[in-house]
Amino acid sequence: MLVFNQLETYLYLALLLFAIGLYGVLARRSLIAILISVELILNAASINFMAFNRFLAPHPAVGQVITLFIMAVAAAEAAIALSIIVAVYRKLKSINIEHATELRG
Amino acid sequence: MNLLSLSPQAVATIAFYLVVAVTLIGALIAVAARNIFHNVLGLAMSLIGVAGLFLYLNSPFVALMEILIYVGAICIAICFAIMLSEPMYLPRPPRKLSKILGGVVGAGLVFTLLFLLTKKTTWVPAAQRSTDWSVTTIGHYLLTNYALIFELVSLLLLVAMLGAIVIARGGRGSS
Repeated sequence: MLVFNQLETYLYLALLLFAIGLYGVLARRSLIAILISVELILNAASINFMAFNRFLAPHPAVGQVITLFIMAVAAAEAAIALSIIVAVYRKLKSINIEHATELRG
Repeated sequence: MNLLSLSPQAVATIAFYLVVAVTLIGALIAVAARNIFHNVLGLAMSLIGVAGLFLYLNSPFVALMEILIYVGAICIAICFAIMLSEPMYLPRPPRKLSKILGGVVGAGLVFTLLFLLTKKTTWVPAAQRSTDWSVTTIGHYLLTNYALIFELVSLLLLVAMLGAIVIARGGRGSS
C-alpha cells in the first residue's frame, strides 16, 4: 500500500497543519501573523475535505466544489480582515494585539 | 542514485515526501519566523505544498485554484497590508516565554485529542462510488445542485469588497 494512497496520511498531515496554525493564533501578537495562521487552519480543513472526497465520498466532484467554496470565503475573509488591520493601524499606530485594549473596562 | 532505475511508485513516493516537507516547513516558517515578510513567504510555500497534495488527491483543477487564489491573491494582499501598516525597521518587543508555552500547550492538547480520535476511528467508504472526477462534472454541480450557494458566494464577495473599501477608507479625512 503506497503512502499517498492512504486516507490516514492526509488526515495526520492536515492535523499537523491545524496544530501549527493553532499555535500561531495562540502565541503570535501581530494581527497579520494571526491572519496568516488562520489561513493555515483553513487549508487544513480543505485538505480534510479533499481527502474524504478522494477516499470515501460517493460523488468525488462534491468535495472539490466545497473546497472551492472554502477558498472563496477565505478570500472574502482575508479582504475584510486586512482592511480592518489597516484601519486599526491608522487608529492605534500599532498592529500589536496587546495595544488594542480600548474596550477594556 | 540513478533515477531511471527506480520504479514509478518509488518516484511518486519520493515526490510525495518532498511535497509534505514543503508544506510542513513552509507552515513552520509561517508561524515561527520573526520577520513578518518571511511569515508571508512561508505561507506561500506551504500553500504551494498543499496544492501538490491536491494533485495527489486527483484534483488538478482545485490545485490550480489553490495557487491562483491563495498564493496569487491572498498572499499578495497580505504583502500590501504589511506595507500599509507597521514600518519594519522598528524594533519588535521580544517574545514572552509564557505566551509561547501557552501556545504550545494549547495546540499540543488539541493535537493529541484529534490524533487519538483519528487513530481510533475506522473509516468506511461509501458503498457505491462514482469515478467521475472531471472538471465538467464540477461545473455541472456548481450550476445545478449548488447554484444557490454559488450565487450566495458571489454576493458575499461583493459585500466583502464594498465592506473592505468602506472600512479601510473610514478614518481618512475628506482631502
